[in-house]
Amino acid sequence: MTAPRTLFAKLWEAHEVLRREDGASLLWVDRHLVHEGSHHAFAKLDERGLEVANPELTFGVADHYAPTRGGLTEADPKVARMIETLVANTKRHGVRCFGLGDPRRGIVHVMGPEQGLTLPGLLIVCGDSHTSTHGAFGAIAFGIGATEVAHVLATQTIWQKRPKAMRITVEGRLGPGVSAKDIALGWIARLGSDGARGHAIEYAGPVVRGLSMEGRLTLCNLSIEGGARFGMVAPDAVTLEYLRTRPFAPEGVALERAAADWATLATDPGAAFDCEETIDARTIAPIVTWGTSPEDALPITGTVPDPARASAERAAHIRAALDYMDLAPGRSLEGTPIDEVFIGSCTNARIEDLRLAAAVLAGRRAKVPGIVSPGSAFVKVQAEAEGLDRVFIAAGLDWVDSGCSMCVAMNGDRVAPGRRCASTTNRNFRGRQGPGARTHLMSPAMVAAAAVAGGLADVRPMLEGRAVA
Amino acid sequence: MTGWTRVEGRAVALPYENIDTDQLIPARFMSTPRAEGYGRFLLHDLREKGELPPLEGAEILIAGRNFGCGSSREAAVYALVDHGIRAVLAASFGDIFASNAVNNGLLPAQISDDLSARLLARCPAQISIDLAAGTVVVEDETHPFALDETWRLKLRNGWDDIDLTTQHGAAIRAFAKARQETRPWAWPAPENTDNETTRRGASA
Ligand code: SF4
Repeated sequence: MTAPRTLFAKLWEAHEVLRREDGASLLWVDRHLVHEGSHHAFAKLDERGLEVANPELTFGVADHYAPTRGGLTEADPKVARMIETLVANTKRHGVRCFGLGDPRRGIVHVMGPEQGLTLPGLLIVCGDSHTSTHGAFGAIAFGIGATEVAHVLATQTIWQKRPKAMRITVEGRLGPGVSAKDIALGWIARLGSDGARGHAIEYAGPVVRGLSMEGRLTLCNLSIEGGARFGMVAPDAVTLEYLRTRPFAPEGVALERAAADWATLATDPGAAFDCEETIDARTIAPIVTWGTSPEDALPITGTVPDPARASAERAAHIRAALDYMDLAPGRSLEGTPIDEVFIGSCTNARIEDLRLAAAVLAGRRAKVPGIVSPGSAFVKVQAEAEGLDRVFIAAGLDWVDSGCSMCVAMNGDRVAPGRRCASTTNRNFRGRQGPGARTHLMSPAMVAAAAVAGGLADVRPMLEGRAVA
Repeated sequence: MTGWTRVEGRAVALPYENIDTDQLIPARFMSTPRAEGYGRFLLHDLREKGELPPLEGAEILIAGRNFGCGSSREAAVYALVDHGIRAVLAASFGDIFASNAVNNGLLPAQISDDLSARLLARCPAQISIDLAAGTVVVEDETHPFALDETWRLKLRNGWDDIDLTTQHGAAIRAFAKARQETRPWAWPAPENTDNETTRRGASA
């Protein structure tokens, strides 16, 4: 009998081409996703005169610089050059690329699952730290740097040392208005933004099993904000159902055969983890961030922390963060005025996220301006078919095209210096949404509530008596 | 990349936790070709606000915990390396940052919280680092730092992963062949343009 293994161990071992004496594994890569940022890697390849080893396993998509209003001709020349370079690089190497105008285009971590490129049992890499998102299907998925991207392009493999295994079990039941984003910000606040460093996280327990694929994707997406390069959920009936209608996923007999293999992708009873955490979902309230790291997060019912009551090292961080955020210690988070909102990004711009935000905004006006950027062109079509765009527009928000947009402020969409934005994104780092921008992270429902209130607000009373999808 | 075993130089303190890669290089500079040099982008916005000590002439940085957290942008490492930084000492590093650093000959040396606090207090200082011995020497004190063994070998030998991997070409091809036979679903199916996702997308 073999020893019980974790899901992560099974996935890892299934991809190990060889292991060196020093413990580094050479892993086979099933899917490699590239975007505009891969220009450094393609340049490295060209310098050495190398070809892409497996162009059929490599897919490109324009997202980080994608204009959200109008096409390339109206875009800043720098933005246009980044997108043209991606298209030229992928074309030259025979890699399929979903460029501007392609109905399959979207943020790379929304597009992959949606197109059925992301499947259980795969090893997926991308030059982007939120690649952990794809682990929601029971895959090993992780972000890599440009040198590693070049290596994968050239060899379809990657060298890695096996990380430790961690399990986060979510027990109980989520309250109304509380979502995967709140679970994630909650554990990151508790363990710290380096709390899961060096670990691969498996999310488990009844609450995780009860999440839709969208919710699981959000949970896995935020793994990196707690320091983990990998996050995953074992595949189940929810996963299989999601995959039934996807262009690049297996179908019919092929799908049945795949599903039989995928059924083994679960942690065996008794398998050991290096680290275990349990969260009681009943204790989770809607969460907002107040500082400049995702670990700076508190329930909306809380107050801004006081550096005088923290350890010396922590106090320095709190002081600097509050200075940047222009917040006074001790003030209640609820009611903090905001200047604008952003609903978008690979964290929270899937159809379910937009439905939740729309459920709050329906029949109400936003007191502040804001942008809603769907996670993909497909999500945009789907949302419009459901009439969600009309809800956003009627509330006074801008309904724009899909892209990374104000998550990273590369395409020209940005928060102006000193302005405060309630955002569904993943990073409240200084300057992330534009130089001097002040970001508060929260769920789509909470951003919608903030828009309606004109300040940070508890969404729960606003949801009373409303049907939520 | 050339290997190295010893660095001696001026160390500067960045006494903050969580210096993320968005601080190391703001996203708006990342479309620049590497050949133009990334040194001037290093910590651009924090330096512009006058929030940091002068970095001129620094070869070593001492920083708070979780240095290089955040995005996978290797440009953060380019900015450090092009500015002349050879090593960063901190109590912890973002995982992706640390592996990017090693791929560019930059040492991410992990030190204890206690040593981190003491070094931060002593900077600017002249420090020497011995990669083989795994030690940091400041004046008459010698302290250990932690580094993954694979990374130590890579930094010392200046190994290039693509060259190393090419030697395993036959093993990789055999692996791929076996995988395709036993796990055919791991290859993308021919795109089905007549299913629900595509149809709904196409009805735009
Ligand atoms: S939406 Fe933001 S976090 Fe996600 S891939 Fe784009 S830039 Fe990165």
